[in-house]
Amino acid sequence: MADDRSREGTETAVAEFHKKIKEAFEVFDHESNNTVDVEEEEPTGYIRFEKFLPVMTEVLLERRYRPIPEDILLRAFEVLDPAKRGFLSKEELIKYMTEEGEPFSQEEMEEMLSAAVDPESNSIHFKDYITMMVIDEN
Amino acid sequence: MGCGTSCSEKDKQSETALKAALIIQNWYRGRRAQLKTRQRYALTIFQSIEYADEQSQLQLSNFFSFMLENYTRVLEEDSDQSKCAIKPELVTHLLGSNIQDKDRQDYLGLIDVPDSYCGPRLQFPLTFTDIDLLIEAFKQQQILHAYYVLEVLFETKKLLQQKPNFTHTKTSPSKEITICGDLHGKLDDLFLIFSKNGLPSVSNPYVFNGDFVDRGKNSMEILMILFVSFLVYPNDLHLNRGNHEDFMMNKRYGFTKEVLNKYKLHGKKILQILEDIYTWLPIGTIIDNEILVVHGGISDSTDLNLLHRIERNKWKSVLMPPIPIDGDRATEKENKVGTTITARGIRTNGSLSEQLTKHEWEQVVDILWSDPRGKRGCYPNTSRGGGCYFGPDVTSRILNKYQLKMLIRSHECKPEGYEICHDGKVITLFSASNYYEEGSNRGAYIRVSSGTPPRFFQYQMTRATCLRPHYQRVNALESSAIRMLKERMISQKTDLIRVFQLQDCSKSGKLSVGQWAFSMENVLGLNLPWRSLSSRLVTIDKDGNIDYMSSFQDIHIQKPVKEAQYTLIETVYRYRSDLQIIFNVIDSDHSGLISMEEFRSMWKLFTSYYSVCIDDSQIDELAERMDLNKDGSIDFNEFLKAFYVVHKFDKLNKSDTKFA
Repeated sequence: MADDRSREGTETAVAEFHKKIKEAFEVFDHESNNTVDVEEEEPTGYIRFEKFLPVMTEVLLERRYRPIPEDILLRAFEVLDPAKRGFLSKEELIKYMTEEGEPFSQEEMEEMLSAAVDPESNSIHFKDYITMMVIDEN
Repeated sequence: MGCGTSCSEKDKQSETALKAALIIQNWYRGRRAQLKTRQRYALTIFQSIEYADEQSQLQLSNFFSFMLENYTRVLEEDSDQSKCAIKPELVTHLLGSNIQDKDRQDYLGLIDVPDSYCGPRLQFPLTFTDIDLLIEAFKQQQILHAYYVLEVLFETKKLLQQKPNFTHTKTSPSKEITICGDLHGKLDDLFLIFSKNGLPSVSNPYVFNGDFVDRGKNSMEILMILFVSFLVYPNDLHLNRGNHEDFMMNKRYGFTKEVLNKYKLHGKKILQILEDIYTWLPIGTIIDNEILVVHGGISDSTDLNLLHRIERNKWKSVLMPPIPIDGDRATEKENKVGTTITARGIRTNGSLSEQLTKHEWEQVVDILWSDPRGKRGCYPNTSRGGGCYFGPDVTSRILNKYQLKMLIRSHECKPEGYEICHDGKVITLFSASNYYEEGSNRGAYIRVSSGTPPRFFQYQMTRATCLRPHYQRVNALESSAIRMLKERMISQKTDLIRVFQLQDCSKSGKLSVGQWAFSMENVLGLNLPWRSLSSRLVTIDKDGNIDYMSSFQDIHIQKPVKEAQYTLIETVYRYRSDLQIIFNVIDSDHSGLISMEEFRSMWKLFTSYYSVCIDDSQIDELAERMDLNKDGSIDFNEFLKAFYVVHKFDKLNKSDTKFA
C-alpha cells in the first residue's frame, strides 16, 4: 500500500516536473518547433525536446545540480589565497579562472570581474563578494 | 629527499587549486545560466503581455465595427437620431473617407514662427544640412516647431503619393544597403545607428522597416529625421509601413499622446495629416529582385502581384476590416484573425464601394502582422489576434513563386536584435534596444549587397549612469516584468478568485502548483512558465502548496470614491486603455469632454459587447460621485486617471503602466 502511494506520489511529481520542464523549454524555443539552440559544440547546434525531457526529469528527481553551498564556495576561494589575506588580486583571479579547471572565456571573465572587483583596491574581497551574490540569489 | 616531498606537496597543492578553481567556475556558470534564464523569462512576460494587448486592440477595433453597424441600424430604425451617441463625424472618421487633397495653405494656415523660437529652422528645398541640423537640435532635446513639422509632412505626403506599393532597389558591391527594424520612438538607437553606420546619402542607402513610432518617447523626432532624409534622398531612403503606422495603434501605444503633449496648439492638425501619410507609406521593399523586406511577414495566400496593384491608401486603420457591401443576410464569418465578424447587408451610398475588398485587406494585414514559426503550415496568429503564423514550407513556396531568395522582416523583439530562421531564408531584425526595459534586448541592423551574405551589427544603449553589474540589471528587468504581470493579475482578480475557489473544494485557501498554474494560464490567457514563476508571484508553504490569495496582498486598485463597488472599479481599470480610446474617438472635436448622454450610451454598448455584467445605474452613480458631470459633460481623461494600481512596497504611488 505504502509502495503504491509512494509510486503514485512519484508519478505525480514526475508529471509536474514534465510540465515545469516543458514550460521552461518553451521560453527558449522561440520558433515553437520543439528545439532550442545550444551554446556548446554540438553536431546540430540544437537539442530536441524529446531528448531533453527525460534527462532533465532525472536531474530534477535526483536533485542533482543543487546550488553550491556558501561555505564550500568560501573554502574554494580560501584555497586560492594561502597567505590568508582575505582577498585575491585581480591578476590572481584572472590567472586561476582562465588557466585552471575549465577555463573562462574572456566574456565570462570580464563579467565576473565587473561585479567582483573592488575598484579602489583592484582586488576581490571574496567573503563580501560571496555574501552579496548569495543575498541576491534569495 | 627534499625535492621528493616538496614535489608531491606541490602536486597536492596544485590539485587542490584546480579543484577550487573548478568549484568557483561551476558555481559562476550556474549563476550565469540562472541569470540568463531570468532575463529570458522577463522578456517572455513582457512579450506575452504586449501581444495580449494587441489582441485587445483588435477586439476594440471589432467593437468599433460593431458600433458602426449599430449606427446604421439605428439610423434606419430610430427617427430620433439626436439621441444617438454615434455622430456622423465619428462614422466618417472611422470609415476613413478620403480627405480632399488640401493645399499648402490649409496645412500651414496662419501659423507663425516667432522670433523667440530657437529651435531648428528648416530651409526648403531641404538638403543634407537640414538633416544635420535636426539631429543636432534633437540631441539637445529641442522640439521642431509645428510650422516646420507641417511643411515636412505636406511635402512627404506629396512625395509618398508618387511611390509605388513596393519600392524596387538595387545594390552593388560598392553600394551596400542598410536595413533597420522597429525603432519605436527610441531616438538614441537611431543616433547610434547613424554614428556607427553613417548618415543616409546616395552612397549609403537605408531601408527602415516600419514601426517608427509608439512606446518610445521620441516618435515625433524619429519621424522628422526619417521624413526629412526621405525628402533629401527620395531614391535612397526607403520607408515601409509597419503595424504601428496606424492611427488606432497610436491611440493606444502612446504616439497620439506624445504629439498632443509636444504640440498643444497644432497637435490635432499634425495627427490628422499623419493618419493620411501612413496610408501612403509603401507596403514593402524589394532589393535586387531577391530580397523581400516587409514589416510582419507573409501567409500562404500572399499574392505579391495583387499587392503591387491595390490602392494602398484606401483604408486608414489596418485593424478595421472593411464594412462588407451588399450582403443579403447576417452571416457569421470566421476570418483569418480568428474572431467572428458579422457580415450584414448595409445599404451603400457610394462611398462604401470605395472600400477595399476583404481579400485585399487580409493580404495587407498578413504583411504587417504575421510572424514566422518553426511549425509547418499557416495558421491564425492567436497571440496577436491578427495576421498568421507561417512555417518554413510557406516561406519556401512563396519565395520560390516570386523567384526571391530571402525575406527580411521585423515586428518581433529578439534578445540579440536579430534572428535567423527557416533555414536562413527569414531574418528578423529589431532595432530598438532595451525595448521593454533597460537590459531587455539588443538592437541590430544589417548591410546587404548582392552576391555577399548579409552583415549583422548589434548594439545596446546603456545610460552612462547605469553601468551596473549584470546581475543587478537582470534584477531590475525581472522586477519590472513581475510588476507588470501583477498589475495584469489584479485587473482580473475577480475572475481568478472564482476559478481558484472552484478548485479549492476544501476551502483551505491552498491549491497545488498544477492547479494554480492551470488557473492562471486559462484566466489570463498568457502562455508563461507559471511553475517557474510561482515563487515570484505567490507564497508557497512547506508542503509545496500555493496560498493563492497571497499574490493580491501587496497590490490593489485605488478606489476613486469610497462607496464604489469593487467589480466596477476592477472593470474600469481593466479596460482603461480601451475606454480611453473609445472616448477619444467619440470626442471628435478633441475637446477632452463628452456629454453624459454620450458617456451613457457608449458605456451601454461597451458592456454589452464585452459581456460585462455591470448595472448601468452603477456607472451613473460613480460618475456623479466623482463630481464629474457638473455641467453635463465628463472629462474622460480625468475620469480614467482616477483608476490606478497601488503597489504596497513602492515609493511611487501611481502604477508604472507602460502601455498607457
